[in-house]
Amino acid sequence: MQVNEYKPLIVAFCCNWCSYAGADLAGNNRLAYPADVKIIRVPCSCRVNPMFILRAFQRGADGVIICGCHPGDCHYTSGNYYTRRRMAALFSMLDYLGIEKERTRVEWVSAAEGAKFAATMNDFAKTVASLGENKRLEDLRCKK
Amino acid sequence: MQKITRDQLVSKASELLSNGTVCCVLGWGMGEFDYDVTPTVFNTVEELNNGFVFNDFCGANFSKYLVSKAAKCDGKILVLLKPCDTYSFNQLLTEHRFDREKVYVVGIPCEGMADVSKVKAICGEGILAISSNGDNINVTTLYDENPIVINAADVLAERCVNCKSKKHVAYDELLGDEGEVIESNRFDEVARLEAMSADERFAFWQNELSRCIRCNACRDACPACTCEKCVFDNPNSGVENKSPANSFEEKLFHIIRAYHVAGRCTDCGECSRVCPQNIPLHLLNRKFIKDINEFYGDYQAGEEVGMRAPLVNYTTEDLEPGEVFDRGADNA
Repeated sequence: MQVNEYKPLIVAFCCNWCSYAGADLAGNNRLAYPADVKIIRVPCSCRVNPMFILRAFQRGADGVIICGCHPGDCHYTSGNYYTRRRMAALFSMLDYLGIEKERTRVEWVSAAEGAKFAATMNDFAKTVASLGENKRLEDLRCKK
Repeated sequence: MQKITRDQLVSKASELLSNGTVCCVLGWGMGEFDYDVTPTVFNTVEELNNGFVFNDFCGANFSKYLVSKAAKCDGKILVLLKPCDTYSFNQLLTEHRFDREKVYVVGIPCEGMADVSKVKAICGEGILAISSNGDNINVTTLYDENPIVINAADVLAERCVNCKSKKHVAYDELLGDEGEVIESNRFDEVARLEAMSADERFAFWQNELSRCIRCNACRDACPACTCEKCVFDNPNSGVENKSPANSFEEKLFHIIRAYHVAGRCTDCGECSRVCPQNIPLHLLNRKFIKDINEFYGDYQAGEEVGMRAPLVNYTTEDLEPGEVFDRGADNA
């Protein structure tokens, strides 16, 4: 009988202009990162509504990471500055409710940083795997 | 307990109605009991004389009612605002939710409102009548001929214990004296929770939020929640049902509810006041206020009209979301 190793499900929101291209570059350069990272492309990191993150957790994600352009490099000038404030407030609130703070993260990855993208995802997947399954945020009604 | 009497308010409102300054009055009307005072619109002096009440249970914040009522009224509408209500009033004006020209604000002093659940905790159920008597409150119950006398300070609502301001930040006319902003300890409870371990906090909120019956009263009463279309009204959102107590749904609702007013919440405490399950919802809002004050500098929503809320603003030097926790580690 085969014993299944636990693999975390990670949702990565990547901005179209920097991080998604960074992920592409990581692929082109054949840099390995876990296949459990599911990338969702968004026009800008500030498109990510706090509801998206909570919904992802509810439906079984074990970790959520948001990747955007480096502050100052946003394609829309200022989107990632708003992301920074919003996510600081949201992550602090999640921590306040007793939810493991390691499950959420914001990283700035530019289109030229394929290696950083792969390294970030490897590191994040390892952190989330060490936390184990997301029990506190899941919702049985939403899971299949 | 209140310094201003019902008769003073009725005569002021009647005067403004009779001389045509205003066409209707937004005030407090009697509910079934002395303690369930209901927001009511009075159109005539007779209605005022018969139905107007003012006692220690007039907690309702009228600012939000102006959004729908001011648009419908032909003339001006008279609204009675306590100091904390005026912050919500300014915040709604900042968001262009109603026309300032259609509102006549009379600022009234407030000595703190009583919380009926605290009264019931002392006197039990079966309350027939409650009357104010100086610093005391007389409570008549079904089970005792003599009224029970309790100290008004013992039954003060939580938000009034930690009153942040007795200053009216907006008014056309002020009854009584100008108050002052108060240094309150309102973040102490939040700090106490922050000092707990993550597991303890999770257990605390699981216990509190699992009582939620999803009546949406917190959303409906909140003067910052004035969207015409609410994310929670979407039948496809999957959040309209009650979920099992051990599931995440109630937290999703409450996180998002508090998040949607973050930076705009004036900490008026209506959410906790109206909660039929006595969930301390203000602790969620205060957490956001405390964080915003610490991260981006002190900010009191509604202090002035036209202020830019912190979450729709930025500087290039803001702290990174990951640094939020480093800061917490330093404090611990």
